Amino acid sequence: MSKRQPPKQQPPPVQRLRVRYAKRGRARFASHRDFGRAFERALRRAGIPMAFSSGFNPHPRISYLNAAPTGAASEAEYVELGLAESREPAQVRDALNAAMPTGLNIVEVVEASGGSLAADLTASRWLIEWPQADAAELAAGVAELLAATSCEVQRQSKSGLRSFDVRPAVLELKVVPAGLNLVGVMGEPLLRPSDVVTALRQLRPQLVDTGTALFSRLEQGRWDGQQVGDPLNQ
Amino acid sequence: MTETTSLYPRLESLLTQVNKPVQYIGGEVNSVNKPFGSAEVRWALMYPDAYEVGQPNQGLAILYEVLNERDWILAERTFSIWPDLATLMRRDQVPQFTWESHLPVSAFDVLGVSFSTELGYTNLLEALDLAQIPLHAAERSEADPLVIVGGHAAFNPEPIADFIDAAVFGDGEEAALAISALIRDWKAAGRPDGRHGLLLSLAIKGLAYVPAFYDVTYAADATIAAIAPNQPDVPARVAKHVLLELDNWPYPAKPIVPLAETVHERYSVEIFRGCSRGCRFCQAGMISRPVRERSIETVGTMVECGLAATGLDEVGLLSLSSADHSEIGEISRQLADRYADSFVSLSLPSTRVDAFNIDLANQLSRNGRRSGLTFAPEGGSERLRRVINKQVSETDLLSTVGTAFGQGWRQVKLYFMCGLPTETDEDVLAIADLAARVIESGRHASGSRDIRCTISIGGFVPKAHTPFQWVGQLDVETVDRRLRALKEKVREDRRYGRFISVKYHDGKPGQIEGLLSRGDRRVGKVIEAVWRDGGILDGWSEHFSFDRWTAAAEAELTPLGVNLGWYTTRERPRSEVLAWDHLDSGLDRDWLWQDYQDGLAEAEVEDCRWAGCYDCGVCPDLGAEIQIGPTGRSLLPLRQV
Repeated sequence: MSKRQPPKQQPPPVQRLRVRYAKRGRARFASHRDFGRAFERALRRAGIPMAFSSGFNPHPRISYLNAAPTGAASEAEYVELGLAESREPAQVRDALNAAMPTGLNIVEVVEASGGSLAADLTASRWLIEWPQADAAELAAGVAELLAATSCEVQRQSKSGLRSFDVRPAVLELKVVPAGLNLVGVMGEPLLRPSDVVTALRQLRPQLVDTGTALFSRLEQGRWDGQQVGDPLNQ
Repeated sequence: MTETTSLYPRLESLLTQVNKPVQYIGGEVNSVNKPFGSAEVRWALMYPDAYEVGQPNQGLAILYEVLNERDWILAERTFSIWPDLATLMRRDQVPQFTWESHLPVSAFDVLGVSFSTELGYTNLLEALDLAQIPLHAAERSEADPLVIVGGHAAFNPEPIADFIDAAVFGDGEEAALAISALIRDWKAAGRPDGRHGLLLSLAIKGLAYVPAFYDVTYAADATIAAIAPNQPDVPARVAKHVLLELDNWPYPAKPIVPLAETVHERYSVEIFRGCSRGCRFCQAGMISRPVRERSIETVGTMVECGLAATGLDEVGLLSLSSADHSEIGEISRQLADRYADSFVSLSLPSTRVDAFNIDLANQLSRNGRRSGLTFAPEGGSERLRRVINKQVSETDLLSTVGTAFGQGWRQVKLYFMCGLPTETDEDVLAIADLAARVIESGRHASGSRDIRCTISIGGFVPKAHTPFQWVGQLDVETVDRRLRALKEKVREDRRYGRFISVKYHDGKPGQIEGLLSRGDRRVGKVIEAVWRDGGILDGWSEHFSFDRWTAAAEAELTPLGVNLGWYTTRERPRSEVLAWDHLDSGLDRDWLWQDYQDGLAEAEVEDCRWAGCYDCGVCPDLGAEIQIGPTGRSLLPLRQV
C-alpha cells in the first residue's frame, strides 16, 4: 500500500537578486497580492530558476517589501529573490519584463550585496497629484502643517478607526506644479500619502470638496536630510 | 457613429473610489489589443457576472482566441460592473466598456453573451442599460450591436427572448466564425435590408435562433398553443452546432492570465466534450452529446504550451466526467511523470465513484497533499440513484472510499441533490446513514479516527432538454424542511455526527432558477420588473432577493393567468407544448419521455459509448458521431529547452 512520501528538502538559494519595479498607468490599481501572483507567474514564464522553500507546499523564495497601497502608482517598489542557479541580472530583468502584464515593469535587477534591503527602505518620496485643489490653499496648508508640532488624523483600519500623528512622519513637503511632493518616514504606523491629504483637509476646509488625489511613489530608500538614497546602488 | 476613443481617462478617477478597481483595468498577460479600425467585424464578449467569476470561463476564453486569430475580426471582453462603480458611471454618463481598450460596448458589431446560468439574466439587462443599448430587441436600430447569447442556459432563451437578437445553441467555435463572415459580407454589400436583413439571413442559414421571427400563441388554459415562424424560409426548428474533431480546435492555447484574483486560477484543458453517462437530471450532459475526445497527444501539447504561455502552476483536466476519457490512465500517469519535479499541480474533477478514480487521484497527487476527494452520488438511496440513472451502488461507494482512506486520503466530499423526482423524506435522511458508513469504513481502512466527510447538498432544478423536463419541481418549503431534517439527523448521530459536516443551499434561489430555466416569453416581464426594482447579481446571496422575485412574478404573471408555481412545481403533461420544443438539442422528444418513464420505473440505461446506441437521436439528427480513443499514442516527448 503506497503511503505518501515525505516532502523533499529543497536546496538553499545560490544567488540573491534585488529587483526594483514600477506600477504604472492602469496597473496602479493592482494590490501587492495581485502583483505577487503576476510576478510568480512571470518568473515561471520567463524560466527563471527559482529556489523553493521546503515542505508539502513549496513556495518560490521571494521577499516582498513595503508595497505601495492599491491605487497608488510607483516607480520604486522592491522585491528580493533567491535563485537555484546564477543568472545575469540584466537578462533576468529583460526576461521578466517580457512576461509581466501591462504597467508592471521591472526597472532594475542587481545582485544582492550584504545587509538587509528592508533596513535601507526607511523613507519614501511621493508625488501627490491633486488637480482640483487651489494652489494657494495647498501652499497655505503645507505651511501650516510644517509649522505645527503635531497633527492627528484618523484612518479606517481593519480594527476600526485609528488615530495617529502625521507630523513627525513628514520629512519634507513641497508644492510642485503637479501638486505636492512629500518625503515620509516608513515607520509604524506607516505614513500613507492619503494621511497627508487628510491632514491638509483638516487644516484647510476649502480643500475638502476638491476631487480625488492620485498618488505615485517616486523613490524609496534612506533619507539623509537632503535626498532619498538609491538602495540598489550605494 | 459611436465614439471610439478610450473611456479610461473618464474612468480612472471613478476607479479610485470603488472596491477592487484592478478587476476593471484589463491589460492582462495574453489579452489582445487590436486597433479598433483594423477589423471588419468586432465582438464584445461578455460573461454576465463579476470579473472574478466570468474571466475563468472556458467558453469565453475559447471564443476570444478563435475570433482574435483572424485578422479581420477583433474581440474584446466585458463583464458585470459592481453596483459601486455602476452608480458612479451612471452619474458621470460613462457607458459599459470593454476591458481591452475601454471602448463603449455600443461601438461593437456584436455583444456576445455566454450564459452558464439563468441567474445571470438580470445582469444582461443591467449591462444593456449601462451600455445605452435599448433593452428590447425590437427598439434597437442599425447602429446598435447585435445581442447574441450562447452557453448552456441559452438552450431555452425564451425568458430573455425580448432582450436578445439571437441565440446560438451548442458549440460556439465554428458558429462564431460563420456569424462573423455573414456580418462581414452584409457590411460589404452595403447592409442590405438593414438589421432585419442580417438577422433574417442568420435565421435562414440556421446559424442562430432569432426569437422575433417566431410567434408564440397561447391556449385558453394559458399553455402554449403553438410556436411558428412568421417569416418565409425561417426553419421551424433550430438545431444546435456540434463541433467534431476537437484536436483541430486546441483552444484556449494561451488564455488570459488575470491580474485580479479570480475563482479559478489554473490552466484548464477540456479533455473531452459531451457526456453520455445518461444522468437524467443533467442538462449539461444531455445537451452536449455526443462524446468527442481530445487525443492524448493534443492534451499533452496543450498542457505544455498552456503552462509556458501563462506561467500558471496548476492544470485542470476538465470535462463532465474526466475519468471516462479512453486514455485517462495514461494521460494522468504521463503528465504526473513529466511535471514530477516542477511544482506544477494537476487536478481532475473526479466525480465518479470507483477504484480506478482513486488510482488517478493518487497519480495526480504524487507530489502534493492528499487532502480531499470528491464524489457525486447525487441521490441518498440506491432506489433514487436508479431513478436518476446515477449508477453507483452503496457497496461500490464504501469500497471506493475505503481504498482512498487506506492510501492516505483523509477527507471525502459527497455531492447530493434534494428534490429529485419520486424522492421521499427517507431518501434524503439516508444520506446521513451513508455518511456515517463512509466514516466507519474510512476508520477501518486507515486505522485512524481522523476521517471526515462533507455532505454538500442543494435543491434539484429541472431543466429543459432533459428527461426530467416535465417534472414538477419540489416546493421551497419541502426542500428546506428535508435539508433541515438531514442536518438534524447528522447532528444527533453521537458516534459520527461531529465528523460529518453538512453544507446546503436553501431552496429559494433554486425556485427562481426553475422559473427561468423552464420559462417562456411571459417570464421576460418578471425579469424586467426585477431588474427595474434594482435586482442584479442574482448568483450572489448578498444580492439575491427571493421576495423581489416572487413579488414581480405575482404582479406580472397573475394577469396572464399563470404564476410561479405553474412554471416550477407543476408537473407538465406529455402533450403540452414546451417553450423550447422548437429548439433542437438533437435529443428526440419521445426518447426523452421514454427515458423519464424508465426513470420512474427505476430502470437504468447504460452509456452508449460501451453498450450500443439507444437512439437518443443526437448523432443521426445532427450528423455527429462519437469520437473516442484509445489512440494508443502517448504525450509528445518533451522538447529540448
